[in-house]
Amino acid sequence: MHIVVCIKQVPDSAQIRVHPVTNTIMRQGVPAIVNPYDLFALEEALRLKDRFGGRVTVLCMGPPQAEDSLRKCVSFGADDAILVTDRAFAGADTLATSYALASAIRQIGREQAVDLVFTGKQTVDGDTAQVGPGIAKRLGLQLLTYVSRIVELDMDAKKIVIERRAEGGVQVLRTAVPCLITMLENTNELRFASMPSMINAARVPIRRWNKDDAGIEDIEKIGLKGSPTVVSKVFGPTPRTEKAEMLAVEESSLRDVSLNLIQRLFTRHPGLEQQLLERSDA
Amino acid sequence: MKEKFDAIVVGAGPAGNAAAYTLAKAGLSVLQIERGEYPGSKNVQGAILYSDALEKMIPDFREDAPLERHVIEQRQWVLSKDSYVGAHYRSDAFNHEPYNRYTIIRAQFDKWFSSKVREAGALVICETTVDHLIMDGEQVVGVQCDREHGDVYADVVILADGVNSVLARKAGFHGEIEAANVALAVKEILFMPEETIQERFNIGEEEGVVIEMIGSITDGMMGTGFLYTNKESLTIGVGCMLSDFKTSPNRTSPYAMLEQMKRHPSIAPLIAGGEMKEYCAHLIPEGGYRAVPKVAGNGWMIAGDSGGFVNAVHREGSNLAMTTGRVAAETYIEARAAGKPMTEATLRAYPEKLKNSFVMKDLHKYRDMPQIFHHNKQFFTTYPDLVNDAARTMLTVDGVDKKTKEKAVMSSFRKARGLPGMFGDAFKFWRAVR
Repeated sequence: MHIVVCIKQVPDSAQIRVHPVTNTIMRQGVPAIVNPYDLFALEEALRLKDRFGGRVTVLCMGPPQAEDSLRKCVSFGADDAILVTDRAFAGADTLATSYALASAIRQIGREQAVDLVFTGKQTVDGDTAQVGPGIAKRLGLQLLTYVSRIVELDMDAKKIVIERRAEGGVQVLRTAVPCLITMLENTNELRFASMPSMINAARVPIRRWNKDDAGIEDIEKIGLKGSPTVVSKVFGPTPRTEKAEMLAVEESSLRDVSLNLIQRLFTRHPGLEQQLLERSDA
Repeated sequence: MKEKFDAIVVGAGPAGNAAAYTLAKAGLSVLQIERGEYPGSKNVQGAILYSDALEKMIPDFREDAPLERHVIEQRQWVLSKDSYVGAHYRSDAFNHEPYNRYTIIRAQFDKWFSSKVREAGALVICETTVDHLIMDGEQVVGVQCDREHGDVYADVVILADGVNSVLARKAGFHGEIEAANVALAVKEILFMPEETIQERFNIGEEEGVVIEMIGSITDGMMGTGFLYTNKESLTIGVGCMLSDFKTSPNRTSPYAMLEQMKRHPSIAPLIAGGEMKEYCAHLIPEGGYRAVPKVAGNGWMIAGDSGGFVNAVHREGSNLAMTTGRVAAETYIEARAAGKPMTEATLRAYPEKLKNSFVMKDLHKYRDMPQIFHHNKQFFTTYPDLVNDAARTMLTVDGVDKKTKEKAVMSSFRKARGLPGMFGDAFKFWRAVR
């Protein structure tokens, strides 16, 4: 069995800062991490490999430094890592990205047929959840999004049964393999890499593919050219003008604090007291 | 499978990076192990980069290292509660390349330094803690990490695991760190537009100012404050001996001290409008010469903060770290080339080399300083106030003649310290810094 896991290197959103003047994201000095959702996809793929044998290939499109993220995936047990990197990809939106990744997966499939493709449910920097479905469509794969559990996989019959989170419940779906799965968060727990695996990951050569290696046929469909998405405006949420107020409680009883609080509410919302009184009368 | 390297370096700070870089450049197999999420994630410094120590390894570092501003002016301030007396030195000589000192932001700088280490060929592993040293009799032969099959072996292990070197302590290479030998420093990075910084500090693009402070800001404790200009931010911080924080009569906490310092009327206008981007705290080994432990033994060497290599007087640490890391690496490279066994007798060449370098010479020069300042807090309390009062008296024009003012100043000094006290203090001060 051959599984491809698509990952993205993203800025650690927990540590991101917005430039106070220009409102743009300040990437400088913000550590880059593997998109956290992708790690659930990786772990699920590794578990399938543990059960059924086979290979896991991690695929990433990004700048040269995204190599670090691929190494991290190798440390957890991925067998092969490919970084699709080329200036021609710069400025890609989700449409162009899914086109490029789909081409790369087709190339990978020429070396060894691909049975499953995994992605995270979305990335933490774009939050679109579009690239996975985009790849599936282009490769003509069955698409299973928001998967929470793989119930059954029969490689001989080429059948897979999964559970997926849907609005208001869980769907149990069966479909044909090969397929593309976008994995839901908190569905598994990532393993802890062993020391030999860490050393191997630091040592292993990461394959780099440019646009030709990745089998890109139409360069109009990659990078900025292939990206119809336009960012028309970036703005931060409007800060609330009202300030929170602190009530001192140390010296007063609970009753005093409550009365004080109610008094303040009534002062801030004139008419509220009257409304409440009317309602209680009615 | 048993993994064996020529050298294992524990830690990816300036000392560890310098050691790993030097070893890898010499073509040796190097494994560097860092416990943080990425190199630099645990590292804290003021931070000033002194070019010399880095230049000795990477002569063209200026081409791609993330540097903030080169320092063209240094201000030394002695503060009272509401004023300061200062000496400033600014020189156009500092404005000619190659620049001597830069302000840096460590998160960015360390990432860069580590990328150089990897380019040189070292294997760098993060998120991995070294739990123990593996011993073969008296000889350190490897390290045990907190991962499955975590034993890795090497000819030599260089410990560059920082001020609180648990590893060296566990191995019995040195004792518990003493509160009197470490300073606890806190700092903030405040965002500020480039133009505002340049106007406020009277500097051009890329030019920077360093302000070092002593006096009332440390609330009677032995310590110093600092303010550095980065490209788009200011770094402000203060640090005092941990033992002083423990016994502080006002129970002053480090962050409260920093908040107080930020409100000082001489400092507040410089940082006004700054938006806090980062807050960090760290221990600094400031025990000086007498607190440096044994730094080489059978199969091991200690570099950087874990060896206590910090010159507290001149606020130098990272350059000592880089230098000790490099020298430790060179010691191994030479011993290996000479076919010597990595015993204590061989590796003793490392402290010998340090003794002949600025590292131990500078530490030796200030060897008595920590003790003297620990026991003579007047240098941080009484004198700053007296000096500031004297300046105010002399500079206030109020119809009183200058001779009378001079007498008043002299008498304030005599009253505060007494004549023998003042002579004593002068002698102690001379002893501390000679």
